Amino acid sequence: MKPAPFEYYAPDSLEQAVDLFSQYVGDGKILAGGQSLVPAMNFRVVQPSVLIDLNRVGELSYIREDGDVIRIGAMTRERQLEFDSSIAKWTPLLHEAVPFIAHPQIRNRGTIGGSIVHADPAAELPVLMTALNARLKAKSVSGERWVDAKDFFVGMFTTALEPNEILIEIELPFMPARTGWSFVEVAPRAGDYAMMGVAALVTLDANGKCKGAKLVYLNAGEGPMEAKEAEKLLEGTTLGDTLVEEAAVIASEKEINPFGNTHASIDFQRHLAKVLTQKTLKLATQRAGELQ
Amino acid sequence: MTQSISITVKVNDKEYTRDVEPRMLLSDFLRHELGLTGTHVGCEHGVCGACTILFDGESERSCLIFAVQADSHHVTTVEGLAKDKDNLHPLQQSFWEAHGLQCGYCTPGILMTMIPFLKQNPNPTEEEIRHALSGNLCRCTGYQHIVDAVKLAAEKMK
Repeated sequence: MKPAPFEYYAPDSLEQAVDLFSQYVGDGKILAGGQSLVPAMNFRVVQPSVLIDLNRVGELSYIREDGDVIRIGAMTRERQLEFDSSIAKWTPLLHEAVPFIAHPQIRNRGTIGGSIVHADPAAELPVLMTALNARLKAKSVSGERWVDAKDFFVGMFTTALEPNEILIEIELPFMPARTGWSFVEVAPRAGDYAMMGVAALVTLDANGKCKGAKLVYLNAGEGPMEAKEAEKLLEGTTLGDTLVEEAAVIASEKEINPFGNTHASIDFQRHLAKVLTQKTLKLATQRAGELQ
Repeated sequence: MTQSISITVKVNDKEYTRDVEPRMLLSDFLRHELGLTGTHVGCEHGVCGACTILFDGESERSCLIFAVQADSHHVTTVEGLAKDKDNLHPLQQSFWEAHGLQCGYCTPGILMTMIPFLKQNPNPTEEEIRHALSGNLCRCTGYQHIVDAVKLAAEKMK
């Protein structure tokens, strides 16, 4: 239960961090909040020979509005997201979901960038980034580039980052006008990994019809699972109960691919997905209506 | 060769300078290097909450932080709560009076979780208290008397 030895670097600028990381490609690991990495190191599931700690890189910690997007530094703590007024105002889905991430003690240290790069299929932030059409900025010695969240999560604990790239910024577009939201997950105990979770967004047009819907699931497959067929079915409709149930059946039976675990069988996960889809769609629709 | 790094950490308002191996967990640093054994170690993977301390005033798991990362930071442990054994912190006094502990293993972590919680939320509902306790496991009490103790502490600290 103690980590294997490693060499430790704590650069105080991003430039230094990027340089160091490129020197240790393959052996080096970035240490962000450490709320997933350190347990894995304590278990010796992960034994990096070099750790590059970003906790002294102050320039990676910020939340600011910029035109019609919010920019978030990768080292921003989850607890800061929870209490930020710009996030509450422009991306209420994220505001609603952050308290579901583990416990306050974990959110005080865990970072948005760390959770995104860890890419745990049961984690909230990858799902939220997908639902909110985030763009993710990566930096390496060869330069910077943007990756859309939908292309970023390529598999279980796997992202589109190159081995020498560091995630540095998250760009969140403001949620579109007349967009309602809902995030719900079911866990055996508050703060535990959820057996199933859903992020739902519903955008209404001037006539109160569905202009677009988003349904993204956690712990439902190799990564954030988006139910595109169910979303499509809802477009242009008034989101009546029968149709919402039909969408929930398609999403839970056809589009997600849960693996089952100690706490929940695959059937139970699908059942939860169906019930939560209906619940979140109804609440998101109601909230979108209230915004008119 | 094993790397050794000199760190200076302020713990309960006292400065300590020590050489540590990077892989030393903050929980082990507090217990083994500083002799502050009030911080308990349960699961060592961030689930049980027994090792919770205040890191720059915020509750965090000391088993998920390396001691080197605490260099130039301020840590508060359970030893920092009471002036002396006859003058317990009102939160500790409330745990005594409401029988908020049995074996006591989880207690330091719970106290260090509840200190910032009560600061941020001086009039908590029972539901809020239970939610705030969700990251700390207790295998003895069934939590009822812990909840009572936190309620009593909120009254005392008004």
